[in-house]
Amino acid sequence: MTARIQVPREARRGDLIEVRIIIQHPMETGFRYDSLGRQTPRNVIHRFECRYGGLEVFRAAMGAGIAANPYLRFFVRARESGDIECRWVDQEDASGTVSARVTVNG
Amino acid sequence: MVRLTARGTRRRLLAALVALLALPRRALAQPVMNPAPGIDARTINTPQGALQSILKGAAMRRGRVRLELPPVADDGHSVPMIVRVDSPMSDVDYVRRIDLVSEKNPVPHMATFFLGPQTGRAEIESRVRLNGTQRVTAIAQLSDGSFWFDAADIAVDESACLDGG
Repeated sequence: MTARIQVPREARRGDLIEVRIIIQHPMETGFRYDSLGRQTPRNVIHRFECRYGGLEVFRAAMGAGIAANPYLRFFVRARESGDIECRWVDQEDASGTVSARVTVNG
Repeated sequence: MVRLTARGTRRRLLAALVALLALPRRALAQPVMNPAPGIDARTINTPQGALQSILKGAAMRRGRVRLELPPVADDGHSVPMIVRVDSPMSDVDYVRRIDLVSEKNPVPHMATFFLGPQTGRAEIESRVRLNGTQRVTAIAQLSDGSFWFDAADIAVDESACLDGG
């Protein structure tokens, strides 16, 4: 699973860091049928979490109500230089991770 | 009285295995968001059931939350959504979680976002799937346990989730 994360490279301590992430995933609803009439089983990224410097800062439990190729934008308060690491897992237990480094000044 | 002989233990182990097999397969393959204890599983896939599983009997008030959806969406497969909660996001006063509930989706409980003081700002943007014209509700639980909500009406011309979706 490929994903793209966008965070500012640098931030001042106490400032807000905007995290934007998009993950390539069909987020299968389980309500679709293929050309042979077979139901495509539901498979969504149901768990998503973001860690900053090893500590969990944001978590999402998602269902089929989130669009394919899920996009998320959220905030994290800058504390110290470190990695912003996002992890996710779908219902077939396929997981992915992507991270970006933020340097905190001041 | 049950004698704890080796035979008795094996018998009980076998009985437990049979009981496990007798469990309906659907019970083992439950959807992501299980209903909370005490919530009737038959209502979880209704908007009311989803709300119940979030509120667990607590009341919710309108305000402090702003749910932004376009008034009209051509395509329900991907609708931009922003939810904001008016909160200082300090160590003592912050947003704990935000839930999205759809009125018409087959799975009404769309997502839950867990936040905390470290989040800094209670604002989340994403893209949602909507199965037709409906009202979407965003419910936020604050650190004091209170629930606040906002609802947005949206007209969806081509709904998602159904065949061909």
